[in-house]
Amino acid sequence: MSEHMQLFEVFIRSRRGLDHKHVGSLHAEAHAQALEYARDVYTRRSEGVSIWVVKSADIVASQEADCESFYDPLDDKPYRHATHYQLPEEVDSM
Amino acid sequence: MTDNLSDQQLEQRETEFQQRIDAEEKIEPKDWMPEKYRQNLIRQMSQHAHSEVIGMQPEGNWITRAPTLHRKAILLAKVQDEGGHGLYLYSAAETLGISREELIASLHSGSAKYASIFNYPTLSWADIGAIGWLVDGAAICNQVSLQRTSYGPYSRGMVRICKEESFHQRQGYHIMMTLARGSAEQKEMAQDALNRFWWPSLMMFGPHDADSVHSAQSMKWKIKRQSNDELRQKFVDQSVKQAEVIELELPDPDLKWNEERGHYDFGEIDWEEFKRSMTGGGPCSRQRLAHNIQAHDDGAWVREAMRAYESKKREAKDQAVA
Ligand SMILES: [Fe+2]
Ligand SMILES: [Fe+2]
Repeated sequence: MSEHMQLFEVFIRSRRGLDHKHVGSLHAEAHAQALEYARDVYTRRSEGVSIWVVKSADIVASQEADCESFYDPLDDKPYRHATHYQLPEEVDSM
Repeated sequence: MTDNLSDQQLEQRETEFQQRIDAEEKIEPKDWMPEKYRQNLIRQMSQHAHSEVIGMQPEGNWITRAPTLHRKAILLAKVQDEGGHGLYLYSAAETLGISREELIASLHSGSAKYASIFNYPTLSWADIGAIGWLVDGAAICNQVSLQRTSYGPYSRGMVRICKEESFHQRQGYHIMMTLARGSAEQKEMAQDALNRFWWPSLMMFGPHDADSVHSAQSMKWKIKRQSNDELRQKFVDQSVKQAEVIELELPDPDLKWNEERGHYDFGEIDWEEFKRSMTGGGPCSRQRLAHNIQAHDDGAWVREAMRAYESKKREAKDQAVA
């Protein structure tokens, strides 16, 4: 354990109806404190209507370096896109 | 959620809630909401989720028999998308405080519904074309409108789904077009599929506004943004041109342009058939449900094995620490 407190990631919903978006991180002793710090540090100009804090250690992330093996089979399927299908002009807005 | 509020407090909250809706603001999971709003959403969202999942069956029926490898890959990708849509919607419904187990249980017990269209069989390859064109087409009309629904997670799910839907209708129409421009026999196949799927597609929009039990309240709460009849009309209007272009005929002798309304008039739906199909009397109702239950039961050992593996890993870790 470092001498700093635990690291938390901060997500903010800027407006109702939108997703929470990652804005940065901060150190705190516990969730409740992280929430207060996040309010103080990240929403001073009323940037948000809702804050999520998550322990950084709890985040499991894929690595860009693993892209090829992780996503590989998805790139050769152009038929997943609407533009793959050529339709007569009159109905092309479908 | 509504625990221990006095009548006056409750009324106050309901007023604020409605004001928020009227101001076009979204409702988010942790907000206070009337219990009926929550129930209404759970009913609609779970019905929607079940439809995505059950809808995989009629199309899945043709994956192994698609006429070319290309068509097979497309169909596989489409059916896979629908499974994903089911997941988005179940997860969004779960933000309302109901569990996945409860949702699945009410599908299996028959207390939750799904779109009756999926109770019809897919008899020929052309049916896959008709489903993509008409059934996905009708679903898209509905889903585009629901992108503006008042519940945040539902609305965001719809945005994501609509993006993915874009190829579904086009691939179906492309199948129909190819058949309609093929041999006489192929064209006949396409027409036959259209004949069978047209009316059930119109039923997808639900009862007439006047007969719809949930409609008025859903519109007031902006769970729904356009009424059943409005959406159905929009679908009919767009389909006429599409059928014309590939020289197929919509099976409705009453279909006629109404200059005054600026819309097509169309014939009356057989509501008796709708009711029958909705309450488990559709041609494949029993089969669809039985298959879903069986798939769920067959998967039980996989879920169990995953749980056992995780708990063993945890045990090993705890022992290493101790
Ligand atoms: Fe879908
Ligand atoms: Fe679809």
